[in-house]
Amino acid sequence: MPPLAIEAQGLVKRFDGFAAVDGVDLRVPMGAVYGILGPNGAGKTTTLRMLLGIIDPDAGIRRILGSERPHDVAHAIGYLPEERGLYPAMKATEAIAFLGALRGLPLREGRRRAHELLERHGLGHAADRQIRQLSKGMAQQVQILGTLVHQPRLVILDEPFSGLDALNQGKLERMIRQLAEGGTTVIFSTHVIAHAERLCDDVAIIAGGKVPFAGPVDVARDRIPQQVRLETRAQDGLWRAALPADARREGAVWHFSLPDGGVEPLLRALIEGDAGILSLSIERAGLHDAFVAIAGEAAARDLAASPGLEDGR
Amino acid sequence: MRQGSGRLSVLAAAWVVARRDFTAILFSRSFFFFLLGPLFPAVIAVLAGSLGSRVDASQERPVLGVVMQAADAAALERARAQLAPALGDDLPRLVVLRRLAPGERYDARQALSSHKARAAAILTGTPAAPVLTGPEGLIQAWGGPVAMLSAQVRSGAALSYPAVALQPVVRSSAAERKGRFATAQGAQTLLFLLTMMLAGMVLSNLVEEKGNKIIEVLAAAVPMDAVFLGKLFAMLGVSLVGIATWAAAGGLLWLGGGISPERLPDPAVGWPLLIGLGVIYFAMAYLLLGSVFLAIGSMATTVREVQTLSMPVTMAQLMVFFFASFAMTQPGSAVEIAAVLVPFSSPFAMLARAARDPALLPHILAIGWQVLWVALLVRGGARLFRSRVMKSGPGSRAKPRRIRLRGFGR
Repeated sequence: MPPLAIEAQGLVKRFDGFAAVDGVDLRVPMGAVYGILGPNGAGKTTTLRMLLGIIDPDAGIRRILGSERPHDVAHAIGYLPEERGLYPAMKATEAIAFLGALRGLPLREGRRRAHELLERHGLGHAADRQIRQLSKGMAQQVQILGTLVHQPRLVILDEPFSGLDALNQGKLERMIRQLAEGGTTVIFSTHVIAHAERLCDDVAIIAGGKVPFAGPVDVARDRIPQQVRLETRAQDGLWRAALPADARREGAVWHFSLPDGGVEPLLRALIEGDAGILSLSIERAGLHDAFVAIAGEAAARDLAASPGLEDGR
Repeated sequence: MRQGSGRLSVLAAAWVVARRDFTAILFSRSFFFFLLGPLFPAVIAVLAGSLGSRVDASQERPVLGVVMQAADAAALERARAQLAPALGDDLPRLVVLRRLAPGERYDARQALSSHKARAAAILTGTPAAPVLTGPEGLIQAWGGPVAMLSAQVRSGAALSYPAVALQPVVRSSAAERKGRFATAQGAQTLLFLLTMMLAGMVLSNLVEEKGNKIIEVLAAAVPMDAVFLGKLFAMLGVSLVGIATWAAAGGLLWLGGGISPERLPDPAVGWPLLIGLGVIYFAMAYLLLGSVFLAIGSMATTVREVQTLSMPVTMAQLMVFFFASFAMTQPGSAVEIAAVLVPFSSPFAMLARAARDPALLPHILAIGWQVLWVALLVRGGARLFRSRVMKSGPGSRAKPRRIRLRGFGR
């Protein structure tokens, strides 16, 4: 079993009696690109803040890079918070060097690396400009570089893609891949599933402060049935009785979950019913569908467990 | 290959935070206005003083009306002219309201009550038997001078007054006590004004941090104790720069104004030690107050909330000052001991004590006590921050669950 970058067991955090995080378990292997997915308010940021030691859990154990005291390994961690924050009067180089200094990187070395990073990422022209003079996207890139300047072994990014345009989102995806290739563990939270699907080996889905799923992306996708796409010449006929209950039609195309008995009995019925099959394909569920299904189930369970809401209050 | 960064101790982390804050504040516009801060009260004081003296000069001084026979009135005026060089303003100004004919009667009470007389009080009768009519306080004050004037009239113009040789002593024990009390009061007031000004600076710094949302970056990288310590000491450094600037400017003005330092009343511990203790107690008063402000500021969710919460603290600070000032008037009493023990009033009470009592051991104990409280407050503030702030996600309970169900339910 590979060593773990992060291990959390039963993390709980309550705010004014409300459990924002309610028993989260996480195991992030070293070197992985790990996604934490969840709808807004699911508890992603609170979980990350507990892992980083910004706040302490009310219950549970956290171990980050082998230490139960996150600040002891802060020099090996890079963190980009959801609410970006830089001093507006600081120059870009100084801002990056300062973020490095907070993680134990000497200022002079931080400045040297800042110049290098800014040049490498096409922001050399902004090196001596104040943060307030940069666009929001550029300032965000500067903060991302500040997160990486001390060459951390573990990078935690909270909603890193929000606020970036499509080009810069692509750039950030490449950066994450490069970090992973260099052996850095990357954890990021997002509610945009496409990024996680492209980048992550493993994901944890957080909903209602709990983790209804944690594991490889493929396993998450397999949690919901494969989808069948069927195109027929005939619009109606006896063959339609063979379609599963969840079948829905979009023009000449039918979509439905692959029946438990497989595709062969269905094919036989379609042929015998003279449906006139133009095309039939079986598609594996995307992570997005899996996420919607898993998070939705969790939300439904959450609701059922809440007596006040059951009563309609 | 990864290299260069290493684990920071709390003090090293505090240094990183303090260094950034110190340079950022020192080169900011707000620091320039902070430096100019004492200029405004000084200008207002000068203007008010000048205006006050003009008002005072223009105000009509009370006059003693004389209603006597012509010879007596003239004799009184001569007597006043003779005594004036020696007694100056202690003698009332005389105005002859009326010269009476022999046997003529005059009702001074009626003249004053009908406001016909243009004088605060009226002197009637004769120099041998003067009668003073007027408001009670005034006639009591003028009774003596009028008696002197009458005596001068009766003794003739030949009285001469010898010049008195003046032999000043450095200070009598009563004057020394009074002087030290004044020094203590001055030192306390200065300390209070400085901490009040700094409280504003700490607050504006916090407002900036709130606006920048950088607090989470700091909290993730270094322990909150280090963040709090760094911020407090950065502001302390900034304030010491400010004090040094003001002291230099004040010293130049003082010397330029030709005021010799000997005229200042000596404090019990001596000037060098009082200044040293003043700096230490200022640091303590500021650190105690600053840590409270930091805790409040970090817990508040909006800038408006920071400002609202700081109001009661400012009021409490004022109460602490009054408490320490009151304690100063009761040396050795339970009130003074209480003022020394209450951490927030302790620096004020101890600085006043330094001006009046030469013992040094109580200062060592008090400074230790105050340091302990600074540490406790910083710790407490950091703990509060970690437990009460950095909430994210839904603030309410039921609504978000409904929303999630609608979004993801099937």
